[in-house]
Amino acid sequence: MSLSDEELERYSRHLILKEIGYRGQKRLSESKVLIIGAGGLGAPVGLYLAAAGVGTIGIADADNVDLSNLQRQIIHTTAAIGTPKVESAARSMKAVNPNINIKTYKIFVNAGNISDLIREYDFVVDGTDNFPAKFLINDACVMEKKAFSHAGIIRFKGQLMTVIPGESPCYRCVFTEPPPAGAVPTCREAGVIGAVAGVIGSLHALETIKYLTETGELLSGRLLTFDALTMQFRTVKLPDRGKGCAVCSDNPSITTLIDYDKPECEMCKRGQ
Amino acid sequence: MINVTICGESKQIKENTAISELLIQENVDMPQYVSVSVNDEFVGRDNYTQHRLNDGDTVEFLYFMGGGR
Ligand SMILES: [Zn+2]
Repeated sequence: MSLSDEELERYSRHLILKEIGYRGQKRLSESKVLIIGAGGLGAPVGLYLAAAGVGTIGIADADNVDLSNLQRQIIHTTAAIGTPKVESAARSMKAVNPNINIKTYKIFVNAGNISDLIREYDFVVDGTDNFPAKFLINDACVMEKKAFSHAGIIRFKGQLMTVIPGESPCYRCVFTEPPPAGAVPTCREAGVIGAVAGVIGSLHALETIKYLTETGELLSGRLLTFDALTMQFRTVKLPDRGKGCAVCSDNPSITTLIDYDKPECEMCKRGQ
Repeated sequence: MINVTICGESKQIKENTAISELLIQENVDMPQYVSVSVNDEFVGRDNYTQHRLNDGDTVEFLYFMGGGR
């Protein structure tokens, strides 16, 4: 299908970019991206990918919108408090761009459901807020050979890397295994500036668009870190893939998915 | 003293400094959960006390960041 007159105008700023152009825009419209987590990171990713015309966007999250989310989760509004995050996110994305398909999954990913979920997508975005989920997404994407972008944020800092399974180092290559529950604080315990989620989420969206349109150099084999206090971005070269990695080496010791224990503090049970 | 590059900054440190000592000198928060690469190779967390730095080494600290929602 060719782009309609409405789409030609809507995406005109993409179409004049030689790196995107008509071919890239068509590619975006035919692409399917899964965003896991409709929160601080998922919000800007969802809005930018919807605006960019990614044809199918899946979004997975089991939570409802809470008042304390709105400081950073800009895809949700005050009126949406108490409603499922995936529905609130879908409404906002549709309002930005009615041309796209949105699939909502009111679930948290786990070892039993993630593989089937990611299989039908071209690219996966990790917008989760805990290590068990981040390792699960990594392992599932490595096993399904699905490219994905990892990100994490805390306080004034953020990090980002893109994993091309079989080619570039994975999250587990760098971080080995989840820290014990509660050992390393998450945003709800340590706080985070909403705009840091915006910076890192926007970079997430850029990596997604670059991957889908085969444009530029991905953050594969590199870890980007951002510190808002000093306004420093650094890109750290990572060692080669797989050396001793439990999941992406040529002889992996992890061959089935693991549901690590989720932290069980009072605040976590209440849901951020 | 030897010259090393730590997270992009040139520094002078004592000869034979182990990674575990460097983590303390650099005031790294929760050093047991920091991944360390030296000259683009990871050093296993079990080897932080044995692995000693050489003149010209490039060291990176990679931190867990678990937030996102
Ligand atoms: Zn790996």
